[in-house]
Amino acid sequence: MRVIELRKAFGSVVAVKGASFDVPGAQMIGIIGRSGAGKSTLLRMINHLTPATSGQILIDDRDILTLRGKDRHAWQRDCAMIFQQFNLVPRLDVLTNVMLGRLNRHGTVRSLLKMFSREDIARALHALERLGIAEQAMQRAEDLSGGQQQRVAIARALSQEPRMILADEPIASLDPMSAQIVMTSLRQIHERDGLTVICNLHTLDTARTYCDRVIGMRAGEIVFDGPAHAVTTDVAREIYGADDSFDEGVTSTSLNDPAKASDAVAYLRPAEAAAGA
Amino acid sequence: MTSLTYSSDQHASIVAQEQRRRLYSFLTIAVVAIIMVSGYTEAESMNSGGFMHGLRQFFDYPGDVIEEAWAAGWAFWGIVWRFIPALIETLNIAATATILGGLFATIFAFLSTRNLDVWPPLIPVSRRLMDIMRAFPELILALFLIFVLGASSVPAMIAVAFHTVGALGKLFSEVNENIDRRPVEGLQAVGAGWLQRLRFGVLPQVLPNYTSYFLMRFEINVRASAILGFVGAGGLGAELRRTIGWGSGEETAALLLLLFLSIMIIDQVSGMVRRSLVSGNLLARKVLV
Repeated sequence: MRVIELRKAFGSVVAVKGASFDVPGAQMIGIIGRSGAGKSTLLRMINHLTPATSGQILIDDRDILTLRGKDRHAWQRDCAMIFQQFNLVPRLDVLTNVMLGRLNRHGTVRSLLKMFSREDIARALHALERLGIAEQAMQRAEDLSGGQQQRVAIARALSQEPRMILADEPIASLDPMSAQIVMTSLRQIHERDGLTVICNLHTLDTARTYCDRVIGMRAGEIVFDGPAHAVTTDVAREIYGADDSFDEGVTSTSLNDPAKASDAVAYLRPAEAAAGA
Repeated sequence: MTSLTYSSDQHASIVAQEQRRRLYSFLTIAVVAIIMVSGYTEAESMNSGGFMHGLRQFFDYPGDVIEEAWAAGWAFWGIVWRFIPALIETLNIAATATILGGLFATIFAFLSTRNLDVWPPLIPVSRRLMDIMRAFPELILALFLIFVLGASSVPAMIAVAFHTVGALGKLFSEVNENIDRRPVEGLQAVGAGWLQRLRFGVLPQVLPNYTSYFLMRFEINVRASAILGFVGAGGLGAELRRTIGWGSGEETAALLLLLFLSIMIIDQVSGMVRRSLVSGNLLARKVLV
């Protein structure tokens, strides 16, 4: 995927000022920056939820920003989106919520009658099992905890059989324990299914722990783009526009100290690689 | 002591405000009283009988009706039984009109709600159409349709349905305006089409409220259908018109009893369904998602 000079203006306010970056293969990318830096707008433009003002997003030499109608919906199916507030249908049961991820693959008439195939049900259950919430399949989405709802949202994303997953602040409204489960699930999806995952995050340690690459945004511009381990305190100050008093430890939400957390992931990765092989 | 002088200033202004508010309330009541008195005098001067004289006879007629019903004894229940087909006809008119009206009201409501990605120029058009439908009283419309289509229950049904589209559509679209946009956005990001988003993102959210308004409208429509019998639509109203006109007290009592009972039953049942939709874990809740 190549993003070229992507720009979004809301009236006179420019939310994203010409963002460009390449994603050569499957990567796990964390986007960090202050509130209002344009992170959400960037992700929403990739998914077509918000139309871009100018720029291009090339995938297989096709500019996806020019897609309209059916092609646009097909692209939205290919790039699943996860939201801070989960955006599930609260009154529907968990299983149906996950199966809604398959809407784009169905004809309108059939889907309006709520006719899902055996295969859809099996696929949805499999996705729920993978995220460890199959037991809640028949409960209403609104009766689940935030962490569980976010896992349902990830299961819905999986049932889309997407080419990439965009996550807009997926853990911002979760407790640290649920946040860890959600981030680990996303990491596993990236490693096992080889999907690109782009995550908006608001804590540095999460980005460093789970992502290969970090993009830093400040006032609508990309001010940093490099490997996760290259995000030093100086870089963080540059991204957040903070002075020397800035201390990332204050906002950290990790359960243990960063060194131990990265050990845990280092352990996870070879294990996952073995499981995938 | 500065704080005290400040607070006593504030105190004075609050007292003044409160006095002004009381004056406004008094003026409102005075205006309403004047309108009532002048309206009564006006009506009294135009009346042939005189209101106070009529009021003394007010309870004579119901008294006669009950007396005659009592005199009929056990035969009264036979009369009640005989009017069951008329009741069914009235309920039929009301049910068909509510279902048909509710269906169109749903469509109009979706087309007149701003936050559902409807083609914007369509919104004021469907809103005005609903206003027009709501503005037509059923009785006037039924008179007109019976003149055109002949006296039967079909024109009455159409008249009630027409009004229902406007009345329910307005309520439905208000329910639509209050939905949570997030599920809709979630489905949009999945690549779902417009109808799919409405079906799975909006409908589960609005259906309990829709059902509640729908049942309430059914109750209103039973009364409306009964009234339409007076202009030739059949059902309870047609029978009532005949029995009141002929002064047949026991039959009038039987008809009124049927009407009251059916409305009470509908009211109780719809109340139960509504409660279970909002809170309970009844079958209705499982079916209506």
